[in-house]
Amino acid sequence: MSAVDSNAGIAHSTKDAIAGSTIALATRGLSRSFGSLVVARDIELNLPVGARYALIGPNGAGKTTLINLMTGMLPPNQGQIILGGEDITALSPQARVKRGLARTFQINSLFAHLNPLEAVTLAVCERRGISSRFWQNVAVNKDAIEEAYEILAKLKLGDVAYQTTRELPYGRQRLLEIALALATKPKVLLLDEPAAGVPQEESGDIFEVVAGLSNDLTLLFIEHDMHVVFRFATHIIVLVGGTVFTEGTPAEISADPGVREVYLGKRHHG
Amino acid sequence: MANPTPLTPQGYLLARTRWHPLEILFWLATLLPFLVFPNYLSLASQIAITALFALSLDIILGYAGVVSLGHAAFFGIGAYSAAIFSKHVWGEPFSGLLVAAALAGLFGYATSFIISRFRHLPLIMITLGLGLLAHEVANSAHWLTGGSDGFQGVSTEPIFGLFRFDLYGKTAYAYSLAALFIVFLCARRLINSPFGLALRGIRENWNRMPAIGADSRAHIRKAYTIAAVIAGICGALLTQTTNSASLESISFQRSADVLVMLVLGGAGRLYGGLIGAAIFMIARDQFSGIAPQYWYFWIGILLVTVVMLLPNGILGGLSKLFSRWSRK
Repeated sequence: MSAVDSNAGIAHSTKDAIAGSTIALATRGLSRSFGSLVVARDIELNLPVGARYALIGPNGAGKTTLINLMTGMLPPNQGQIILGGEDITALSPQARVKRGLARTFQINSLFAHLNPLEAVTLAVCERRGISSRFWQNVAVNKDAIEEAYEILAKLKLGDVAYQTTRELPYGRQRLLEIALALATKPKVLLLDEPAAGVPQEESGDIFEVVAGLSNDLTLLFIEHDMHVVFRFATHIIVLVGGTVFTEGTPAEISADPGVREVYLGKRHHG
Repeated sequence: MANPTPLTPQGYLLARTRWHPLEILFWLATLLPFLVFPNYLSLASQIAITALFALSLDIILGYAGVVSLGHAAFFGIGAYSAAIFSKHVWGEPFSGLLVAAALAGLFGYATSFIISRFRHLPLIMITLGLGLLAHEVANSAHWLTGGSDGFQGVSTEPIFGLFRFDLYGKTAYAYSLAALFIVFLCARRLINSPFGLALRGIRENWNRMPAIGADSRAHIRKAYTIAAVIAGICGALLTQTTNSASLESISFQRSADVLVMLVLGGAGRLYGGLIGAAIFMIARDQFSGIAPQYWYFWIGILLVTVVMLLPNGILGGLSKLFSRWSRK
């Protein structure tokens, strides 16, 4: 992280990026409701390449819903999702993953009885298009296995690679969540509360891992802990009642009296 | 088991696919009937065929998590295909086996498009419905299958033109066992393949699969087709070794029985179906000697006991016991 990543620098380059169409992921008028309950209304987002964006908002603001909409797990009623200039609104979740849009889950969604090496190897095989080979021993795919192990080692999971997933400590399972997403080689990664449920002392470790990810990777993460958000995000989007309440740099957001009222006031100083 | 030398990730995965000494022992034991129970070779042949049938269900149920109550449809298609082929084309057994496998696979592939779209109870009901449908088609097509009178006129030629199917079931058992072993080798490779890993992924977490870019439905279609091919081979084996085919081969009872065997033995462990089939068939043979009409009473007790005490089947219980013992 250099001086370019300072808040003012990013705010400036973000505007340039929008103008220069180096937008990694965008939404246009994205809306979704369940009956009369509106969970997303007219959401317009622009994530420039290499962004470190945080998505915050009170409980029930529609943060996870927005990730579900963008990744195709929930179809929108209206609007478009654009990944690298391509409209992906009609694509299946797995087709979006293949185009470089990955996510993690707030509640661990792992393969309980596989070990981390098997799970990440599976994801690598899916990406490489070799997962339908039923005639070949998985162990002959040296490159895929080594790639999987490297991802695990990078996330400090190398020492537990052969342990059954459900026997891993919870914090390690949170990292495996991220490892599985990274195995798809995403261009854009959406992290749904990566440190959810992890004790505060350890949540820093998880965000250090997140911060250490490649600069080409575009990141959007949901997080409740404002210390973490202000430390790792270069840009913050505040979601309230399914709409974008405001967005801006951490400095702008923390100075915004409206945000303090709807969010910070209750959560942080209350 | 902990390995003293540090393994490379590849070496670790390779080691997991190696043959366990118990596996070799198991396959050596399958040769025992030739020496020890020469009077039971016909039963042994039926066990081998049923074991292979249970293995085919294990591929979809134990690995991909697709519960089927209509798996006998493919068994029956294989059985009648082999019967009709031997009567109207020729009686050479291997070609009959191939035709049966192909037809069952074709039917499996066609229905896999429905199967792969459903999960849980709706899926069970659809497989049940398809199974009943297949049974009634076979029942009503009297001109082709003989209906409830059974198929007349199966004639299976000697294997390689040399080994005649004898009265004692010696050739039958050798033939069925060879088929079981060869298909088992293929299934074992499939389970240890990237595709097998994907199936385990589907079983472990259906919801996560799309998020790692996997097309679970395509995987399920493929697994279902492969399972249908194997079930078709089983049906053909039964036709050829008994020189008959009947509605029993395509009945709901057979679908239910094979599910019971797999659950008894332990699903998702390759050998579970084999062990379960052996226990089920031997129990049937013994109990029906005591009280022919009520032998399912004992199977019921066995099933309830195993499911209550050993949720992963007999093999799951044994392997737990074994790992606890070896940890000491």
